Amino acid sequence: MAQFSRRDFIKGGLLASTAVGAGLSFPNVLRAQDTVKIGILHSLSGTMAISEVSLRDTVLMAVEEINAKGGVMGKKIAPVVVDPASNWDLFAEKAKQLLLQDKVAVVFGCWTSVSRKSVLPVFENNNGLLFYPVQYEGEECSKNVFYTGATPNQQLIPGAEYLMSKEGGGFKKFYLLGTDYVFPRTANKILRAFLVAKGVPADNIAEEYTPFNHQDYQTIVGKIKRFSSGGNACVLSTINGDSNVPFYKEFANQGLRSENAPIMAYSVAEDELRGMDTSALVGHLAAWNYFQSVETANNKKFVQAFKAYAKKANLPGGDKRVTDDPMEAAYFGVYIWKQAVEKAKSFEVDAVRKAVYGQTFAAPSGTIKMHEYNHHTYRPVLIGEILKDGQFKIISRTKGLVEPEPWSKYTSPDKGCDWVKHQGTYQKKA
Amino acid sequence: MISRLAVLLSLVVWLAAGAAGHAAAAPAPSPEVTAALTDLTDEDAEKREAAVNVLGTTRDPKWIQFLGALRDGSVYARTRAGKLELVVGGSKATKGDQDVIDIAGAYEREPLGTVPLSELKEVPADRRLRLAIKPFLDADETQAQLADPDPNVRRGAAIKLGNQAAAGTAPVVEAALKKESDRWAHHALAEALALIKLANGTGDERADAANTLGGLHSESAVPALQRLAADGGATPAERAAATYAIRRIERWGLLTRTVETLFQGASLGSILLLMALGLAVVFGLMGVINMAHGELMALGAYATFVVQNWFRATWPSYFDSYFLVALPVSFLVAAAVGLVLERGVIRFLYGRPLETLLLTWGASLIIQQGLRLWFGAANVDVSSPSWLSGGATVMVGLTLPYNRIFIIGLATVAVAAMYWLLFRTNAGLRIRAVTQNRAMSSCLGVRAGVVDATTFAFGAGLAGLAGCALTQIGNVGPSLGQNYIVDSFMVVVTGGVGKLAGTILASAGLGGLTKGIEPALGAVFGKVAILIGVILFLQRRPAGLFATRGRNAEA
Repeated sequence: MAQFSRRDFIKGGLLASTAVGAGLSFPNVLRAQDTVKIGILHSLSGTMAISEVSLRDTVLMAVEEINAKGGVMGKKIAPVVVDPASNWDLFAEKAKQLLLQDKVAVVFGCWTSVSRKSVLPVFENNNGLLFYPVQYEGEECSKNVFYTGATPNQQLIPGAEYLMSKEGGGFKKFYLLGTDYVFPRTANKILRAFLVAKGVPADNIAEEYTPFNHQDYQTIVGKIKRFSSGGNACVLSTINGDSNVPFYKEFANQGLRSENAPIMAYSVAEDELRGMDTSALVGHLAAWNYFQSVETANNKKFVQAFKAYAKKANLPGGDKRVTDDPMEAAYFGVYIWKQAVEKAKSFEVDAVRKAVYGQTFAAPSGTIKMHEYNHHTYRPVLIGEILKDGQFKIISRTKGLVEPEPWSKYTSPDKGCDWVKHQGTYQKKA
Repeated sequence: MISRLAVLLSLVVWLAAGAAGHAAAAPAPSPEVTAALTDLTDEDAEKREAAVNVLGTTRDPKWIQFLGALRDGSVYARTRAGKLELVVGGSKATKGDQDVIDIAGAYEREPLGTVPLSELKEVPADRRLRLAIKPFLDADETQAQLADPDPNVRRGAAIKLGNQAAAGTAPVVEAALKKESDRWAHHALAEALALIKLANGTGDERADAANTLGGLHSESAVPALQRLAADGGATPAERAAATYAIRRIERWGLLTRTVETLFQGASLGSILLLMALGLAVVFGLMGVINMAHGELMALGAYATFVVQNWFRATWPSYFDSYFLVALPVSFLVAAAVGLVLERGVIRFLYGRPLETLLLTWGASLIIQQGLRLWFGAANVDVSSPSWLSGGATVMVGLTLPYNRIFIIGLATVAVAAMYWLLFRTNAGLRIRAVTQNRAMSSCLGVRAGVVDATTFAFGAGLAGLAGCALTQIGNVGPSLGQNYIVDSFMVVVTGGVGKLAGTILASAGLGGLTKGIEPALGAVFGKVAILIGVILFLQRRPAGLFATRGRNAEA
């Protein structure tokens, strides 16, 4: 702080207070020429608030960091925070408001696929720019969206591959279990195609879905138990949110153990584990691109900065807050945008978009890179084991970065995504 | 504390017995091992890695276990009488302003008491060290686990070895089988041995193994047995034995599945019953549509959470008994809120069901938001006491979770208590009198207001109790109530308003039906089918299973 001039300091303070004001979805008051507005479109109420509030906090922290260092091209960032309240229609409405009324340069937001699908036409029709930070099912290639989370081949497939490998236990039977909505359904379609391509007979793959908020896993765990008798069986779980606790509890209580039948989770991260009794989850696995336990200098800084920020901003949980994969993706998304703006020397969406291609950033998980033409992100893939304190022990890590494939080569081998040589999704020549 | 000590003591005795059986295990550490232990705390990473190799190459299961503890970061160093000593840390606790930890010896794991954490220095296991440890653990982990003090771990290891069915492991399994005292670990070991023999044995051994597996009702063996039964190279005797074994196992599987489904139905039914019981009292007896019923459950769940935290902070050694305290506390908390609700507002609105519906719905929103403001929007973590985790294996292939057994018991007790209260006490007589004819009971000197208040508080308390029980199987969050309110109403309406027997029958029926059709239809369509079934049923019998009959025109 010492090298800042007094004026910078006052400005920073003003902006921080704006950020807090905006956090209460109060319209931004700074309209001076030396600011640039960005939108934050995360649910702050309703069912998704548990997950999405952390993303808003992370983005606001990144904004504060950037502003403290002088902003973007000499302009301070003024965040406009809106609350779409976990309501998919409201997402589109709020996105429209951000783009047309507030005229923001970029939007950071969305979590669920259905919310992203709902805002997609708004961004495409008004030529907006959205940074989407969550791992998703792929099969999308929008000109106006940058996907900083994982594509199926950066999370789903490596998780299954790990369990098939010798190191992971050489499992041969797979129980695909998910909550009944678009992500698990598509994810399991891809996983099934992958497993079949790897020579797993159809009899050794089971697939099952449960409704949202499902609490009674007796029957399903009973089925898994029978499925796993004879050994070599594992569970690939895309169960979302709340339902995980009763599932893992029932799993442990019926005598299934992670040594004999491990669960590889694709939707359980540190932030979700905060509200859980983790004793039944210990030893099970998760596949992500980032864990709080990543041992890099950048990550230590990131984790500390977030805890300090949470404490300073009086966020619930204070310095007991944790970081996880979507938060990291949301965090470096802001920096990628900043670098792209500086490279393009403009806030114009089209110029910025082209400047994003190939951009690299020293993220907490290591240096990541934006793809040269498909709007997704090169990221490392990590497999972690759940520990008692709700953290993950990293047990496997890819050597370098994994190239993102929005169209899985197992389900859509003929499709590609390219915004440089093609217009988005195109048919590959046979 | 005492039980933990007892476990540790029995562990030591057991380990000693195990060590006596092992002729190869060295009683005192060799000089290389002693040197390696000192090297583990060395600054030099090379030396530390070499030390791990020394310990690993001893192939001594106890050193392998020690390496496992080192990898998990629970090995500590302390200096005693000028000598460096390595110990293995157990469970941590907070005593006053000090963090304390149970420690045990590095090799024999003999308990060394509880010491402040500040006296110990953690022996760090960095990535390099963990990588060095991994091959030793992988090679020996499963076999080392056969000597674990926890029977569940031994059982898990036996299952794993049986599934791998490697010929080399037969002597180890056989040796472990002779020593095993736990019934189910013994069963798993016998199964593993038979599986190994089935995969690697000679003709006669295979036929024997097939017979044994049939006798053990081993589901794990079915694929191997099927292969044997279809194997053209096998003798007819072997194939006959395999076919017979498969038939036995399948018959047994049918039995366990039936028992399992019945238990699951009973479990779901008792959960539904607990949720609906309070609602049945309030809705059925008083005619108040209590939309805040779910939030009263949430209050009970949060009361459990508070009691748990209180125990954790004040009496960590009695933590396991927190749940017994939480049960009455959650009842009282919810009952108190119910009492305030009834005396404060609801009593002005008797006989106006629509207004009470709106009012209690408003109250539910207030309670929900209050919980959110006080405890935060995220779910809170309620741990199960150890006596409610895990399950009892009652027969081969069937484990009944303790928490579900407990809830079935709790529901039974709650129903019995309610019947006793309503039909065997004077208070119950007055409640029934007011329910049947409020004006006449008032004329005869029953204080209807007091009866209303106690009945409502009692119903609310039952909701609190249900909330407390639900913490053991589900999540605790501000929106807990909303997840259960629909099911509660479904049970009460299906059962017939005003009849407790109907509520009991409806919850048992809905629970059993759900679990009966779920295996075939899956969870999503199972739920749809149940809802359609209820709608059709109510079309035919709008008053539910048990319609209230009587001369009362209001009903």
